[in-house]
Amino acid sequence: MSTAPARARTAREDQALHAALSVRERPSRASGLSACLTFGWRGMLKIKHVPEQLVDVTITPVLFVLMFTYIFGGAIAGSTGEYLEYLLPGIMVMSVLFTTVYSGVALNTDVTKGVVDRFRSLPIPRSAPLVGAVLGDSVRYVLGAVVVIAVGLAIGFRPDGGVVGVVAAVALVVVFAFGLAWVFTTLGLLLRTPNAVMNAGFMGIFPLTFLSNVFVDPETLPGWLETVVEINPISHLVTASRGLMGGSATGGDIAFVLASAAVLAAVFAPLTVRLYRSR
Amino acid sequence: MVVVTSSTLAIEASGLRKAFGDTQAVAGVDLAVRAGSVYGILGPNGAGKTTTVRMLATLLRPDAGEARVLGHDIVEEADEVRSVVSLTGQLASVDEDLTGQENLILIGRLLGFRRKEAKARAAELLRAFDLVEAAGRLVKNYSGGMRRRLDIAASIVVAPRLMFLDEPTTGLDPRSRNQVWDIVRTLVADGTTVLLCTQYLDEADQLAEGIAVIDHGKVIAEGTPAQLKASVGSGALHVRLLDPEQRPLAEQALSQALDVGVHREPDPAALSVACARPERAAEALAELSRVGVGVAGFSLGQPSLDEVFLALTGHPAEETDASEELGPGEEAA
Ligand SMILES: Nc1ncnc2c1ncn2[C@@H]1O[C@H](COP(=O)(O)OP(=O)(O)OP(=O)(O)O)[C@@H](O)[C@H]1O
Ligand SMILES: [Mg+2]
Repeated sequence: MSTAPARARTAREDQALHAALSVRERPSRASGLSACLTFGWRGMLKIKHVPEQLVDVTITPVLFVLMFTYIFGGAIAGSTGEYLEYLLPGIMVMSVLFTTVYSGVALNTDVTKGVVDRFRSLPIPRSAPLVGAVLGDSVRYVLGAVVVIAVGLAIGFRPDGGVVGVVAAVALVVVFAFGLAWVFTTLGLLLRTPNAVMNAGFMGIFPLTFLSNVFVDPETLPGWLETVVEINPISHLVTASRGLMGGSATGGDIAFVLASAAVLAAVFAPLTVRLYRSR
Repeated sequence: MVVVTSSTLAIEASGLRKAFGDTQAVAGVDLAVRAGSVYGILGPNGAGKTTTVRMLATLLRPDAGEARVLGHDIVEEADEVRSVVSLTGQLASVDEDLTGQENLILIGRLLGFRRKEAKARAAELLRAFDLVEAAGRLVKNYSGGMRRRLDIAASIVVAPRLMFLDEPTTGLDPRSRNQVWDIVRTLVADGTTVLLCTQYLDEADQLAEGIAVIDHGKVIAEGTPAQLKASVGSGALHVRLLDPEQRPLAEQALSQALDVGVHREPDPAALSVACARPERAAEALAELSRVGVGVAGFSLGQPSLDEVFLALTGHPAEETDASEELGPGEEAA
């Protein structure tokens, strides 16, 4: 290096490059499944390298748990413990749904940074990066739920549904998140910058979460608002999660949640794939 | 006479067109690129280089025209094309939130290598591209040159038969630029065909066997670097000043010494002036030092892209309509 600063590469590097270039044989193509799993792995690495992103989304729900429990808990439901039974499943839903916005932000980042061009020029199914990303994000969704539940447990949340009920509730929320995430990936391909996706995403998900039964019983609301809250799928998701965690789930809500997730995925997943292909 | 058959051509394109709304980005491009060579597409911002390459790499569907890449039709046999080419896009297309090593393993896995093979391949490439020390660092902390090298490494996880390189050295310092050039030369020596987009005649001259100059989505000139330079006429004296503030003074001195118009380069400290003979250049430089202009460097060499454009089109490269269409915010991007 010191002898020939003008010549940038050493002979040894050139040799290494020649050797590296000798690999011209393509291995047999990755299967669609293996490509999806590889993209899932990529999502996992991002959680490891950029944990701030997860903290960003879960901090609000955690603050809500603490704030509502200690400030309003007594006034609304009589006791802190009882209110937590009511509040925590809803906040968990909120935490996971906020996390889904990031699926769209991440996709937009890939597009604006040019990474998508490389993926699209590889001989893999064109939907693999999308499916794989959503798969990888499921870990993110579970973490978003776990953080809120952990905080709840620490301050006295004791669900009657036990471990099974809690796990079932988390699973249901994650399934719904799978459906909803496609809405944000669609948004991620339509808007120009990651920030725009984030803003638009939260502009949608915030009111939707608040116009649900996360915080209050809809019966205490004026008539028209009560109707809005009752048809909001998020309300059904919250009711179902509460039921599962409390050991008294209703099949109707669960079915409604699964159906809405299926409808969201059926409409927005193909839309995302189409937009992605035609970019 | 040498018969150029389709098997010796890595790329044959005819009448490629692509519009984005009202912008005709590519307006009928024909190309014939010999297998095993570097072919340069030279053009200013907005000329349609990236759009052309994206069509050839099957990322964009042409509105009209057709092209075969290594014998495969880019529309009908897109999948086959993708399995023999690789693309190093204008934006370094690597994942910034991953480490360099992880980026290479990711591509290896996607190409079908097993985990262990992908890892070994990544290690080999990191060595070849002088990135061993940076292997475990996140790419967002890489310098521009490192990022570009990683990007090229990612393109040769399986050495492709044809590689698209879109402005691989724009924004790199001279050392990194030389490194990238060496890598391209090695690639070609080992049998890869390279389609290189660039804004620098110098780069095309260094690497390419043939060059197509494009402007407004059309090929306006084609030939070997020597032919192009000959058509432009004289060589040029390029001067870089120590102090950009002195440019007007330098401009005056140079135009007096050489008795021709002086061209202001986009770099605020740089000037160029047509000048075919070294002894005249020496006089001009002496004149600069006489009037007290500090010179950081000079070269007597080829005309810049601007001069090529001036000679070929009668207008400088910056004044094409395409660049006027860009909004003020977009130009910086
Ligand atoms: N996705 C797009 N949507 C709309 N217009 C586009 C798009 N891509 C390119 N264009 C326009 O098409 C024209 C050609 O762009 P292109 O990117 O091919 O030029 P280029 O030669 O690569 O330029 P540069 O040197 O700046 O990279 C420009 O006017 C550009 O604004
Ligand atoms: Mg370009």
